[in-house]
Amino acid sequence: MSKTRNTEGSFRLIWTFLKGSKAFFVISILSAAFNALMDMLSPQIIRMTVDNVIEGQEPTYSAWIMRLVNALGGFEHIKNNIWIAAAALMLVALIKVIAQYLFRVYNTKGSETLVKTMRDTLFGHIERLPFSWHMKNKTGDIIQRCTSDIETMRNFISEQMTGIFRIVIMLVMSLVFMLAMNPLLTLVAMIPMPILILHSMAFHKTVYTEFEKCDENEGKLSAMVQENLTGVRVVRAFGREKTELDKFEKQNKYYTSLWVRVGKSLSRFWSISDLIANAQVMILVVVGAILCYKGRMLTGEYIAFISYNARLIWPVRQLGRMISELSKATVSVQRVKYIMDSKEECDDPDAYEADMHGDIKFENVCFNYDNCPELLHDVSFTVKKGTTLGILGGTGSGKSTLMFLLDKLYDLPEGGGSITIGGVDIRKISTEHLRSNIGIVLQEPFLFSRTISENIGITDEKLTLSDIREAAKDACLDDSVIAFAKGYDTMVGERGVTLSGGQKQRAAIARMITQKTPIMILDDSLSAVDTQTDARIRQALEKHFGGATVIIISHRITTLSHCDQIIVMEKGRVMETGTHEQLKDAGGVYSLIYQSQTGLGEEAV
Amino acid sequence: MSKAEKQTHLRFFGIGKIIPYIKPYGRVLVVMAFWGLVTSLIDVGITLFQRYAVNHFVELGTLDTLHWFIIAYIVAICVSSLSTYISCTRAMAVEVSINRDLRSAAFTHLQTLSFSYFNQNSVGYIHARVLSDTSRIGSLASWSFMDAVWHSSYLVFASVVMLAINAKLALMVLAILPMVVVLFSFFQKKLIKANREIREINSTITSNFNEGITGAKTVKTLAIEKGMQTRFEGDTTKMRTRSVLAARLRGLFACTMTFASSLALAVVLWRHELIAADEVGTFSMFMSYAQGLMEPIRWLIDSISDLISTQVNIERFTNLVSVKSDVIDSDEVIKKYGDNFDPLKENWEELRGDIEFRDVSFTYPDGDEEVLSHFSLNIPFGSNIAIVGETGAGKSTLVNLVCRFYEPTKGQVLIDGIDARERSQLWLHSHIGYVLQNPHLFSGTVRDNLLYGNPDATEEEIDEAIRLVSADEVISRLEHGLDTDVGEGGELLSTGEKQLISFARAILAKPRILILDEATASVDTITEQKIQSAINEVINGRTSIVIAHRLSTVRNADLILAVRDGKIVEKGTHKELIAAKGYYYDMYTRQYQDEETAKILNDY
Repeated sequence: MSKTRNTEGSFRLIWTFLKGSKAFFVISILSAAFNALMDMLSPQIIRMTVDNVIEGQEPTYSAWIMRLVNALGGFEHIKNNIWIAAAALMLVALIKVIAQYLFRVYNTKGSETLVKTMRDTLFGHIERLPFSWHMKNKTGDIIQRCTSDIETMRNFISEQMTGIFRIVIMLVMSLVFMLAMNPLLTLVAMIPMPILILHSMAFHKTVYTEFEKCDENEGKLSAMVQENLTGVRVVRAFGREKTELDKFEKQNKYYTSLWVRVGKSLSRFWSISDLIANAQVMILVVVGAILCYKGRMLTGEYIAFISYNARLIWPVRQLGRMISELSKATVSVQRVKYIMDSKEECDDPDAYEADMHGDIKFENVCFNYDNCPELLHDVSFTVKKGTTLGILGGTGSGKSTLMFLLDKLYDLPEGGGSITIGGVDIRKISTEHLRSNIGIVLQEPFLFSRTISENIGITDEKLTLSDIREAAKDACLDDSVIAFAKGYDTMVGERGVTLSGGQKQRAAIARMITQKTPIMILDDSLSAVDTQTDARIRQALEKHFGGATVIIISHRITTLSHCDQIIVMEKGRVMETGTHEQLKDAGGVYSLIYQSQTGLGEEAV
Repeated sequence: MSKAEKQTHLRFFGIGKIIPYIKPYGRVLVVMAFWGLVTSLIDVGITLFQRYAVNHFVELGTLDTLHWFIIAYIVAICVSSLSTYISCTRAMAVEVSINRDLRSAAFTHLQTLSFSYFNQNSVGYIHARVLSDTSRIGSLASWSFMDAVWHSSYLVFASVVMLAINAKLALMVLAILPMVVVLFSFFQKKLIKANREIREINSTITSNFNEGITGAKTVKTLAIEKGMQTRFEGDTTKMRTRSVLAARLRGLFACTMTFASSLALAVVLWRHELIAADEVGTFSMFMSYAQGLMEPIRWLIDSISDLISTQVNIERFTNLVSVKSDVIDSDEVIKKYGDNFDPLKENWEELRGDIEFRDVSFTYPDGDEEVLSHFSLNIPFGSNIAIVGETGAGKSTLVNLVCRFYEPTKGQVLIDGIDARERSQLWLHSHIGYVLQNPHLFSGTVRDNLLYGNPDATEEEIDEAIRLVSADEVISRLEHGLDTDVGEGGELLSTGEKQLISFARAILAKPRILILDEATASVDTITEQKIQSAINEVINGRTSIVIAHRLSTVRNADLILAVRDGKIVEKGTHKELIAAKGYYYDMYTRQYQDEETAKILNDY
């Protein structure tokens, strides 16, 4: 990857994110420019007041300024009505304040729109990234990219970029006004500026590594506390409180000493740059006084000059810091770009919304994932429309992979056989249509941190509470839910109750029931539920969804025995196929398990 | 959380409660304040230099004192830089030192707290108390104090100078300030509220991301990407609206300040005839001060909102350090046995390993149901007890009582025939070995972890322990053997490896009583066998209590306690309980089935 292409891509990414916020930033920079211009005017008013009104010097301004002054009644008139000067000052201030306000508001509008665009785009993109991508990437890392890296990019554009613009505009304008009044003094004022900027840049570059070291050690300290807290049982049980404390104290002291050192560097920087800035002002005051003394400058000009200069000193010191920090954003852009460059799931161009009520047919399906050993080998079976298929298999037998392929969580590659529903290859069925017609309950179901009723009814906003309760009753969940203080409005997860494994599975089943899909898959999803409840749920499913095609993955013979057809998977292959009656005495794995599960009483004891 | 934040109302923002932590730095703070005064004195003075330059050199038209002027000016700015350096280094040092002391106090206190605290508060919550809350407090005591000195002294010095030079004009300028204060406070109030809302929405957005990523598979299977996106965009839109509102408020705030300083300037301009015509320098000085006064005022208002938000941190911190442990050694016990940090080991008796529950009743401090009622059980030295039950059924209760992580509400737990409360916690804990279901290792090397329970173990003892639990093979496979880094929480090792190491760690501690919380997580068959033999090895010759999942452990136990919904429902040997065909029987047969099925499927 060449570096130029890299940065080019970064700019393109920023440019796309700026969609919708560019206008805001343009307005905000224009307002900043206007604000700066107005800021330049008030020293001029004071200068004129001092030179031409108070001291009565002969004005030497350009024609249009004189016209303006004459329109206000001329200097003589103003001298007797000094409120005019004060009013002019207030007028300029008013305009300036409006520009300042617009700058702030539009800059925020721009930056908030930018952040919103970035977050929305990222979120949508992440939701549409293939499942395999999610398997490969760590959650914590992705969240980091979506939060702090986004924040860095926002600061880069709305603080650093606009900030540099603002400061440069200020700098140029002040320069113009100062040059117009006295080129020599301007030169004197400008000489220390590069020193200030460079000093600030150099310092912030070096202190950056010190900050990083502090961060790193803060991380260590934080990890130490984390470990102490998560391992509190071990600490107590071994009576190691003292060791823990000593370890913590050592790191705590070290970390603190690092900050003391940073504090010293910072203080040194502040005091040195203060000294340079103050010395610059001093030189200006002295040289300006000499110029006035020699009659080459007027008092008002002198005062105005010093006040322009005062406006420059602080921004110039910031400029150095901003420039030195520019490079930090590029790392964040790269990290966000990594996500944006990953390919989303996409449908075949001629994919359509096929009828999902047909037979499901796996034909010679072979699958391996990212050069890993083969997960499925030549798997073929048919599930007739409206029947139930049971799948039995150990860990790594490929039973879940089958279901992931059917739901297009994994893409079946060309040449890897075919999966058809009602004769239509699923590659030709629109993904959204396919998934909303297949209800799956995963082994470890995920519930969202919303209320129980929101969780159950998540696929359709139009569901009423009675629909939801109905589904919950079928899933044998209703009793548990109404026992909660807030019933169906109970929050799930972090900020609410922690549901047990069985309750979670049943909630996920209720969620699937509300979908009323023609195909239903239970991926070992009754494992945490006792056998009686398991049977009750299956009966309820059968009663309400007699017409649906159902696939059940389970270890329980009692569950499997009710299926119209059973397949036994092993190491990615179908080893046995048949009904319970056919398989139970066939002498294969199924019959072994059948024996162990039915005739165990005596054996166990 | 937000509700609690609103309720906090400490007197003087709770500063009183942290004074003990500030006190040690009193002297440094005085030095800092002194040099802060010098800085702002010179700040005010530099304007006077400029006044002199105009009044003297320009208006009087003489350069006679120029060299003195330059010398004095240079001295002033040098002293100013020096004082900045001194006060800033002090402020920084005080800030981080106070933070260090607060962290240390919080951490030390945590080491003495009992288990109920850790069960009621999540790790994330306590972690934030120790690290984030403390860091806000230090800067309050140093930088806020420093700023207060700077700004208020600038305000005072500048006002005094103005009043001394021209009282009438000075009063006119100062009259603007109260107006500004009122306006500022108005915006500030609204801003505090807006900022709180923004923080809340922001954390919602972060958790949305979290959910969108961890729940991606479910989102896909349900095909609800669109709904998720709409909901997400609803939150981000809210965020934008709120932020822009806050920006408007901040904008008004800043504009008020700009406008007020222009107003002050205009007043000076308007009433300039109050100053003698030949004192243009004084006129310019007034203009500088008139504008310079607004910054301190703004700071004052800002600092109030800082105080309000910091008082939440103070409150949380003081709450943490004032929590009393449920399990406390009595003074006599501490006198004889020492406390957690300074044990008096010479007074410690040997521990044999007899445990007896005598008429124990127990209610968890955060619950109201009595989970044990008049429970009595004698566990003589060397016996092996298994506790079985569903996840979350309350199997840890007995273990918690034996380890004295909790104390019985009624009745006694006797160790070697003596009430556990009559000897120190550390004494008991030093004789207990604990192996957790999710083995917890600490950052550091394998050796560090092995030595955790017994820092004085010899090389031979380590080797022996490793051999006993057959961890030798695992360790020899590691790159640097015993000196391999295990990573944070042991993340660089597999679960099985961690388990074996935690067994060896327990053995090295030579405990008389061993608590074993068996893992439910599945490991491969070979590791499983190793762990099983390790278990048999470690429970041999000790009193052991096992929170059991493995059938073999259960079957061989001297006594099995079956726990359901927090209560002990069955008690007996494996044979007795199977014959009873009750709860244990159901659970056992189901597990047996699952294990058999898995075995057949995986071995076939």
